[in-house]
Amino acid sequence: MLGEGIVKGLAETARNFLGSYVSKDRLTTVQYPEERLPQIEAARNFPFLVYDGEDWQQGMRCVSCLICEKECPPKCISIEKSKDKKLDASGKPQFYPTVFNIDVSVCMSCQICVEVCPFDAIKMDVDFELSTKDRFGDLLWNKERLSKSNEYYRKIHPTEAAAVDAQLAEERAKLEAKSKLAAEAKAAAAAAPAQSASGVTAEK
Amino acid sequence: MNLETIKSEIEANVPGCRLEIVPNNSPSGQHSLLIDHEHALFVASFLRDAAHLRFDYCSNVTGIDWPGKEITEKVKIKKILDGVEQEVEEIQKTQSAGHLEAVYHLYSMEKKHGPVILRMRTEDRAVRIHLPSLTPIWRSAEFQEREIFDLYGIVFDGHPDLRRILMWDGFEDHPMRRDYVEPDDYEYEPTPHDAVLQKAKQHLNETGGR
Amino acid sequence: MSATTAATAHFTLKPSTDGGEGQLLEVSMGPQHPSTHGVFRMDVALDGERVVKLKPVFGYLHRNHEKIAETETYLGSMPYTDRLDYLCSITNNWAYALAVEKLAGIQVPERAEYLRVITGELTRLQNHTSVIGFLLQDMGASGTPLMYAFREREKVLDLFESLTGSRMMCNYMRFGGCRADMPAGWLQQAQKVVEAFPRFLDEFERLLSGNEILMARTQGVGVLSKELAVDAGITGPMLRGSGVNYDIRKVDKYGIYERFSFKVPLGEHGDVYDRYMVRLLEMRESVKILQQAIRDIPPGPIMDAKTKIRGFRPKAGEAYGRTESPKGELGFYLISDGSPNPYRYRVRPPSLINLTVLEDMCLGQNVADIVVILGSIDFILGEVDR
Ligand code: SF4
Ligand code: SF4
Repeated sequence: MLGEGIVKGLAETARNFLGSYVSKDRLTTVQYPEERLPQIEAARNFPFLVYDGEDWQQGMRCVSCLICEKECPPKCISIEKSKDKKLDASGKPQFYPTVFNIDVSVCMSCQICVEVCPFDAIKMDVDFELSTKDRFGDLLWNKERLSKSNEYYRKIHPTEAAAVDAQLAEERAKLEAKSKLAAEAKAAAAAAPAQSASGVTAEK
Repeated sequence: MNLETIKSEIEANVPGCRLEIVPNNSPSGQHSLLIDHEHALFVASFLRDAAHLRFDYCSNVTGIDWPGKEITEKVKIKKILDGVEQEVEEIQKTQSAGHLEAVYHLYSMEKKHGPVILRMRTEDRAVRIHLPSLTPIWRSAEFQEREIFDLYGIVFDGHPDLRRILMWDGFEDHPMRRDYVEPDDYEYEPTPHDAVLQKAKQHLNETGGR
Repeated sequence: MSATTAATAHFTLKPSTDGGEGQLLEVSMGPQHPSTHGVFRMDVALDGERVVKLKPVFGYLHRNHEKIAETETYLGSMPYTDRLDYLCSITNNWAYALAVEKLAGIQVPERAEYLRVITGELTRLQNHTSVIGFLLQDMGASGTPLMYAFREREKVLDLFESLTGSRMMCNYMRFGGCRADMPAGWLQQAQKVVEAFPRFLDEFERLLSGNEILMARTQGVGVLSKELAVDAGITGPMLRGSGVNYDIRKVDKYGIYERFSFKVPLGEHGDVYDRYMVRLLEMRESVKILQQAIRDIPPGPIMDAKTKIRGFRPKAGEAYGRTESPKGELGFYLISDGSPNPYRYRVRPPSLINLTVLEDMCLGQNVADIVVILGSIDFILGEVDR
């Protein structure tokens, strides 16, 4: 019968309409900004720089190796490397960026900077409410604006941050063990000449 | 299907054609067949129509630019020096003309095999840039050859509608060529560095800071 | 029509070619026409309602993706491939990764292959749902079918977001594997979406497939013959709608597709209705593949351990890798000269090549059918113009 298909279709629409009163599955609209969907852990938006401890300048993990600047596909990161070194969170002297700018109007949130950074210094943020009236000033983020604490990182990406923390702790432990070994070797070396001076050759 | 056998079959069926296998050393092992201009259409129609080959589907057509290189070679020449003939080494510099290349990837929808890769080369990059169009054999080459004409500047003889496709009609150059120079279309960027910074500086110098 | 409107609007009147009293009307459809799905223009000549000439005009979205890629590292081009066909970023990644893997001879671990199949087929689901939604929108069924389609697509996009971090620009695959493994509970979530999908398809079919208006507007409209489809290099659902059995998943068996049992739906008439039905049926087959892949996915690494992320330099040579993307054959042709950037990087865009038969399908049809035929081609301007 002509029109049968249309009637069937209309019945389907009616079912959906009425269903939206009872089934949550059919009522998908969320009243943003009053209501929000839960934050998805893997979400990414723009990069930020992680710092350890309290002071963002002191604890900044970035050692200004310029890898991310080179790898960023649209070239929206610009870094100036420092001339001097400062102590990082673990007390090792490191270079640091005197200027670290990201032009977020160019950034395409691809996460490649995060992937290539060997120091876990740059990570992806999830904050998306960033609209601004200033086309250039507010979309060029400097070092200060980009710095966020490790606690914040743990809050937005708990699983990933835990893995990074564990790995960093391990590396630090290794480094400490190594430097301890090196110190011991040094002490031994310092002791050795005294021995050889006395005419005793150490057995290998 | 072995490219060697295909080559000898073509040679048997298209008298006078000059074919050459271009080897490919990468792990993909996709070697290709360089064909000459005069017999290109015959080779193509043989590949399409031979009952056991039936390459009826021309998937991908594209251009490549190989600019000329400066070749330095040491040559030994005989010269008369102080009345005695001597052999002297001299360094000669020659500029090769370079060429443009069109590549066709052929598959068979009927026999479900492939790819066979055809290549054609122009003689240089400036004047003798004509190649025969394979659009009469595979219609799928039509728009892709137009694109090559647009971006590389190869002129396909026998193409039904050879116009620019992606760039606008008044555009002059061929942007995919390796030596293409972009126009000075400066745009302010807050984070210039490397090439972008150079470009910005050059622009600002030329225009007096505007 | 008065002379003033003819001058101000994009119309010109020309004497009819048949020597009769009538005049040909030349209309410039686009580049901002809502049915062109982006900036795309057609120069159409009309005899009354009938189309007598149609010339597509491209290039409004041209950004020379290929040239940009020649200056980027191999890895740096990966996020740009997302932006070709922005509905199917994952299958674009896949095609590019496949080409690079061929070029450099990289093996992909088992689990990564499964992840690729799962995400790739989910991409096919969400592409086909939205395309069908858009097709009906173009036909004048504004709202309902598109919104139903989008409701389902959102579920797939949610899955993408929790796996890759982004809903559309996934940037998920790497040479030799995938970037991220599944978070906890993702597979169960995916299974739920996949299990529920056939119900949605049933609903969609009840809503539309028997609809008399839909049939009147699509059956016998925009017929593409088998011979022309093959000759013009048409691929994907459009080719199969014309009855040619050619699916690269079956022909090339790339990845691990030979492990799954699925059918290749074929059309008979090659009209808009067949293309619509082929897509619906293809989604059912994708659901089958997904169920098998979700059932079988093994544990293991997701990246080939030998492949470097930074400083990746394949040996000199070339490779052409192709995949069956939801639009058709998406291929990447790469030439390496041993440096970190490709010497030549070429995208074989299915959208562009499927568009080339537009004139043949539209000649002799009514002007309103152009919109429907366009909608049935399924093209994305980001990929057409590159
Ligand atoms: S996310 Fe991508 S585009 Fe943005 S700064 Fe990092 S590498 Fe550059
Ligand atoms: S963020 Fe990482 S990659 Fe970038 S300069 Fe700092 S340490 Fe190097």
